[in-house]
Order: sequence, then C-alpha cells, then structure tokens
Amino acid sequence: MRQRYDFGYFLSEGFHSIFTHGFMSFAAVCMIVCCLLIMGSFTLVAVNAESMFSDLEAENQFTAYIDETIPQDEARALQDDIEAVPNVSRAEFVTKEQAQEDFEARYEGNELFEGLPADTYRDRFHIYLDDISLLAETEAAVKEVAGVADTQSAPEIAEGFTVIRNIAGAVAVILVVILLAVSLFIIANTIKLATFNRREEIAIMKMCGATNAFVRWPFVFEGLILGLVGAVVAFFLQWGIYVLVGNAISGEDTISLITVLPFQPMALRVLGVFVLTGFVIGAGGSLAAIRKFLQV
Amino acid sequence: MIRLIDIQKSYDNGTKALKGVNLRIDDGEFVFLVGPSGSGKSTIIKLITAEIAPSGGRLMVNGYNLNNIRPRQVPYMRRTLGVIFQDFRLIEKKTVKENLTFAMRAVGASPREIRKRVPYVLDLVGLDQKGDRMPSQLSGGEQQRVAIARALVNNPKMIIADEPTGNLDPMRSLEIMMLLERINELGTTLLVVTHEKELVNRFSKRVVAIENGRIISDETGGYYNNETTI
Repeated sequence: MRQRYDFGYFLSEGFHSIFTHGFMSFAAVCMIVCCLLIMGSFTLVAVNAESMFSDLEAENQFTAYIDETIPQDEARALQDDIEAVPNVSRAEFVTKEQAQEDFEARYEGNELFEGLPADTYRDRFHIYLDDISLLAETEAAVKEVAGVADTQSAPEIAEGFTVIRNIAGAVAVILVVILLAVSLFIIANTIKLATFNRREEIAIMKMCGATNAFVRWPFVFEGLILGLVGAVVAFFLQWGIYVLVGNAISGEDTISLITVLPFQPMALRVLGVFVLTGFVIGAGGSLAAIRKFLQV
Repeated sequence: MIRLIDIQKSYDNGTKALKGVNLRIDDGEFVFLVGPSGSGKSTIIKLITAEIAPSGGRLMVNGYNLNNIRPRQVPYMRRTLGVIFQDFRLIEKKTVKENLTFAMRAVGASPREIRKRVPYVLDLVGLDQKGDRMPSQLSGGEQQRVAIARALVNNPKMIIADEPTGNLDPMRSLEIMMLLERINELGTTLLVVTHEKELVNRFSKRVVAIENGRIISDETGGYYNNETTI
C-alpha cells in the first residue's frame, strides 16, 4: 500500500489522545501556563522598567550658553540650528531673566546669591537628547553651532543611566533565556512522562510498519494543541494579574513615582509571543519526548 | 520467504545468543520454532523483525536483505510481516475495530480500504459481533483473536507468533492454533514460537528445535518429543 499522510487523521488522533490521556494533558497544560506566566511577568516588568528608564533619560539634559554679545532675538533664533544637531530631541530657550529667577528661587535665603546683577546670567538653551549615551558627542556638536559660547552637562549622571540600562537589559535577556531553557526542560520532561505511558502504543505502531513520521505527527499536533491551550489560558491569567498588580501600584501613595504601562496596547503582542512560545515548547517538547521511543 | 545463513548474534554483554544458525522458511509453510528459555528463539524473532541486527551471516526476509537494510526501509519490510505476542499488546484505550483501523492507518491504507477489510478480518477470526468492545471487555482468547486479526489485517506474507497461547487455557490454546492453521491454509506463512509440547504434537507440522544458539533438529511433519528441550 502506498504511504499517504492524512493530516486530518493526525489532527483528530492528536486531539483524541488529549482526552484519552486527560490527566497528563492537564499536567502539561499547567506546566506550560506556569512557565509562560513566569516568563511573561518577568518580561512585562522588564518592559515597564525600560519605559521608566526612557522617561528618566528624557528628563536628562545639558545647557548651552549663548554668547552674551548676541541680542536675545538672535539668540532665540539659534533654536533651529541647535535642534538640527543629530541626537537633539528638543531645545528649550531660557532668557537670562528667567535663569536669574530660577536660580534665586532655587537658592532662596542664601545671601551669597542675592542681588546679583542681571548681566551675570546669559541666555541659554536646555537641550534634551534622544540617546543619553551619546551626550559627549552631542555636546561637542552643539558647541560648534555659531553663537554658542559654552555648554555645561553632568556626564556622570548620563553614564550612570547608560550603565544601569545596559546592566538591566543584559540581566533581562539572561533571565528570560534561562527561564525559557528551564521551561523547555520541565515541559519536555512532563510530556516525556506522558509519552512514557504510551511507549507500548508506539512500539505496536512501529511493529505494524508505521514510519517514524506517522508516529510523530499525532504527537506534534497534540503538542501544538496543548501549547495553544496553555498559551491562551496563560494570556488571560497574565492580563488579570497585570491589571491587579498595576491597580495596586497606582493606588499606593509611596510608590506613585512608578507608572505602569497599560496592558491593552501590548495585548496582541503578548498573545502572539505566548502562542508562538506555546507552539514551540508544546511541539518541541513532544518531539524531544518521543525520540527515544522511536528506536524500535 | 525467510533465509538465515550462518547467522550469529552476540550481545554487548558478551552473550553469544546464536552460533551459526541456518534456516529457510518457504512461502506458505507452517513452522513451529521450539526450544527452552534462553535458547535463542526470541533472538531469531527480533532479527527477523529487524529490532536487532545480526553480528554475522546473511539474513533475508521477504525479499529484503537485512544485513544492509536502510532504516527508512525497515517499516516497509515490517509490512510484509504480522506479529502476534503472548501478552496480546492491544491498545487498551481503543475498541477492537479501532485497534485494527489503527494498524491499517499505520501503513497508509485509505478509509475505503479500511471499511472493506476490517469487517472481513473480524469475521475470519470470529469476532464480527464484538468490533465495538474494548479489549478489557473480552476474554484472553478473544483478545488474542484481536491480536491475530491485527496481524492479518494488512495482508502480510508471513505471520510470526511469539508464544501466542502462553496466557491461555488448553481449550482456548487449541482454538487459537486451529485459527492459525486456517490462516496458513489461506496462504499466509506461519512461524510459531511455543513451549507447548502437546499443542505442537497435535499438529503435524515442521518443527525446528533450537538449543544453546544452534538448531538441533529440523523435521517436516516432525514431533516435539525431546523432553530435555522443554
């Protein structure tokens, strides 16, 4: 008889076997849900941390002082030249009078700074950056703009941000990779346990003349279905947990500085990643689990 | 047809299971393979079904040279054989019909072929009324009939029965052996491994006796009378 691959049959066998081995299927789905929840929660924390870093970085700026011989109208007109410098997100013009007011307000009560003449101050721009790690290069480029007399920055803060961000990024990647590896290991073993009960079935199929592909396909479909079910369940649980934790943080006065990103704009991406990961670990775990039993 | 020419088999632990076995089974024959435990009977079965490879000699099964068979060809070689085990090895979570359907699916049979063949084979083994039962709802003899039906359903050239009556009472054993004889009369080659002297003696068939990895007698129409080999 010629070999035919009836994928409808493989799918129905895979689906059927989920119910005939109900408990082990339930255990595999639970494992997939737990692993996806752990990975998903950690990734969402990393995404929120990244967003907070970006916000804090956006607040970081340096000051460019304008040559005092340039009249204020001309100084203000330099804004376009400065904003044309690469990596400058925006430049905010501050007159010397505003600067004096800000300075006196900051050091109110300090006699040393009281009554300084207005010409002590210079017109200036507060310059905000797209990428804080390029502070030195951007500052040097702004200094080259005609009319800019001097600049002042706090490179150690920028470097601090860069270092923290790099460390946080590296830690996030390492932890997600470790969690993914551990999840694959646990799921492959759970499915291996489920498959162990069916080694006899596989041996019978092989003895009847089934090819390895024929034996494998129902297991692959079973793994894909379990992965999909696990991913969908994990997605809704993740959503619920995220909203609950988000509401708790928003309602807490002491940590009101932390802003939690809304879940809805990320929902489709989270679902996509969960389904893809569920498919990979479900089918991959099944394939890894039955490999040994095919050697009959 | 099966040909074993000077077949030797040594296992990794150093045991020499077969020491130069020569055996030829032609199409349509009914052969009993007898011998004590550890004599090499199971090794011969495993070699024929390509579960293990010989250490030396030449082995041909139904036109396949098992000395240099490629792994991809093994399933196709196995489709020329039907195997029956002492412990039946039915899939407990499938009905009788599903056990047979599953064996036909495994070799790529179409639903039409399955619908035609399964009732015919169930009728042949006397289980046409029990196709929807689960294996656990059947007696030992009936379960072995299902195993025979499964071995037969893909119309193999040869059936290998490894202690097919080992778990059955004498009456059921006789029934099973008579069923196998009938299948042989319909043209299928039979190789039956057994310990049961009375059963072998009841049928006047070719008896191949093996001991310590060597064939010690091979007589067509012979009897299994050697008490030392039981």
